[in-house]
Amino acid sequence: MSDTTQIEEPLVKIRGLTFRRGSRAIFDGIDIDIQRGKVTAIMGPSGTGKTTLLKLIGGQLRPDAGTIHVDGQDIHALNTRELYKLRMRMGMLFQSGALLTDISVFENVAYPIREHTDLPESMIRKLLLLKLEAVGLRGARDLMPSELSGGMARRVALARAMVLDPMMIMYDEPFTGQDPISMGVLVKLIRKLNDASRLSSIIVSHDVQETAQIADQIYVISNGRVIESGSPERIMNSELEWTDQFVHGHADGPVPFHYPAADLDEDLLSGSRMESSC
Amino acid sequence: MLEQLARLGRVGITFLKHLGRANLLLFNILSGVGEVLRRPRLLIAQIYSVGVLSVLIISVSGTFVGMVLGLQGYYILSQFGAEQTLGVMVSASLVRELGPVVAALLFAGRAGSALTAEIGLMKATEQLSGLEMMAVNPIRRVLTPRFFAGFISMPLLAALFGALGVLGGYFVGVGLLGVDDGAYWSQMQSKIDLNKDIYNGVIKSLVFGVVCSWIALFQGYDAVPTSEGVSRSTTRTVVHSSLAVLGLDFVLTALMFGE
Amino acid sequence: MVQKKSVEIMVGAFMAAGFVALFFLAMQVSNLSTASSGDGYEIKARFDNIGSLKSRSPVTMAGVKIGRVKEVSFDQTTYEAVVTLTIDDQYNAIPDDSFAKIFTAGLLGEQYVGIDPGGSDRFLKQGDGISMTQSALVLEEIVGQFLFSKAEEGARGE
Repeated sequence: MSDTTQIEEPLVKIRGLTFRRGSRAIFDGIDIDIQRGKVTAIMGPSGTGKTTLLKLIGGQLRPDAGTIHVDGQDIHALNTRELYKLRMRMGMLFQSGALLTDISVFENVAYPIREHTDLPESMIRKLLLLKLEAVGLRGARDLMPSELSGGMARRVALARAMVLDPMMIMYDEPFTGQDPISMGVLVKLIRKLNDASRLSSIIVSHDVQETAQIADQIYVISNGRVIESGSPERIMNSELEWTDQFVHGHADGPVPFHYPAADLDEDLLSGSRMESSC
Repeated sequence: MLEQLARLGRVGITFLKHLGRANLLLFNILSGVGEVLRRPRLLIAQIYSVGVLSVLIISVSGTFVGMVLGLQGYYILSQFGAEQTLGVMVSASLVRELGPVVAALLFAGRAGSALTAEIGLMKATEQLSGLEMMAVNPIRRVLTPRFFAGFISMPLLAALFGALGVLGGYFVGVGLLGVDDGAYWSQMQSKIDLNKDIYNGVIKSLVFGVVCSWIALFQGYDAVPTSEGVSRSTTRTVVHSSLAVLGLDFVLTALMFGE
Repeated sequence: MVQKKSVEIMVGAFMAAGFVALFFLAMQVSNLSTASSGDGYEIKARFDNIGSLKSRSPVTMAGVKIGRVKEVSFDQTTYEAVVTLTIDDQYNAIPDDSFAKIFTAGLLGEQYVGIDPGGSDRFLKQGDGISMTQSALVLEEIVGQFLFSKAEEGARGE
């Protein structure tokens, strides 16, 4: 099984991707392959543009250079109609869940079906109950999003992301701000869904332990470049000083504890000078 | 000196950029008109939140403005022995100016700020991005119905304001101050012209409806997606809408009644 | 489902109220209901000077409104103003030797046409003209005449 997927063309192929915000380069020529049927994690500290990467894959942002091919199609060469058609086959789980706050859980999950298909109501109901059952929230179908806990909202969003049976799901920081139980639930769900529906999953996260549990392949990015990639074992036992610091959370290392600043003594002196001048 | 010039230039460029983005957004909103016609349900829900929920404040203000006009008008007109023309004064000021303008100002404060906050929060909570990733165009689905709801509700609200104002003026003038009942209506009817006054008033409120909804939606859509950004955009909506309504009112009045 | 229905009802009520308000403004506040442009017959009257008489100004007899000024035009050959009056159909017994005058409502008010009945037993009908007219009083002319006559008096008295 794993041998055949190696030969297959990767589902998402990113080559030489460069993206700038203002003069700051968020990505500076990165190459990433997302294999079919696998869980691929993209890790890095906050502010490395991981969410931006997902938006680039989803075609919501345009890169300054480089290409992204999804299922063989160059995402940024598509016209709007083709892009929307491709997006129907991608699911995305936003950090906040991004549920529509004015409609119930049931209607939220039903939204993509109602938008894109003409299925009869009875069929939508059956399909939906199955999807909600898969995330364990069949009983919560009549609640409003505001009545859900953060973890439940994410599970509803997950049911919505996979309601159209997409070929891939992108998870934006799925574990952030979750209590240990819902974290465990999500970890299990992501792996289970990936294997049961033969999905491909992309997880963007900085939660090392949880991500390492379920990922098949991990990319570590920092300062706009891919620093290291490989299996979770390899990343966890990395020789690289930077990866080691990130994975094990050392306070100081290649990423300094201190934000770049002038010498402390000098700063203290200049501070007192400012005060007197006021 | 050069620094000042550069600052002026920067302000100008920022302004033009905003204007360009706003126009692009308006174009995208209008291109979704087919979607709204296909799903009138979306529009109805928005007319409810934009129009129906504004009825109370519009009705109460309209009635009171009419009553104040009746009171003030009576005291001034009676000095010339012309209190018979109270109806004309009340209805002319309401139909031509106060109806469209005050209704639009209240609309900007009540519905416009709510629209901005709603869109801004949808942006901040990634709901708009979420729709986009579900292959749903958020502008057409979320913004277009709200825009047309504003466009439809505004003239109706202004008419409500005007009609209740005329009745409020009647209540004070005829009911309390003793102006002749027949004179109030007949003077009004002989002086207020359907085309010149009422039709122009409706046109004004249609224009205000477009402008207020446009500003509110643009500010929401363009908001910095943080709580501070959304609150600042909401304030901007009210300020910009009010200024735009007052400025446009002068231009429209000059065009309509100028000749 | 119930909630959706009530939203629809509220929106319907709102739109109905809005249209009723518009209708109220159009019918009750404006002159639409009193215009009655179709039901009436037209007569013409020529004046030397109509002052500030405009179309839609009222036409009255004994102070009662019986019609409106339909249009005002200028005859280049006689240098007279030609005023077309629309008289409501119910007032069909106006003698054809009636006298049309232009009055001012109050000191500064709007001008209107007043018709004094004549003695003829033939009545005005569609397309007829009123031959006897009296022009509007133009304030400046009256003041001018008054001053002129006073000046003459003064000159004679010396």
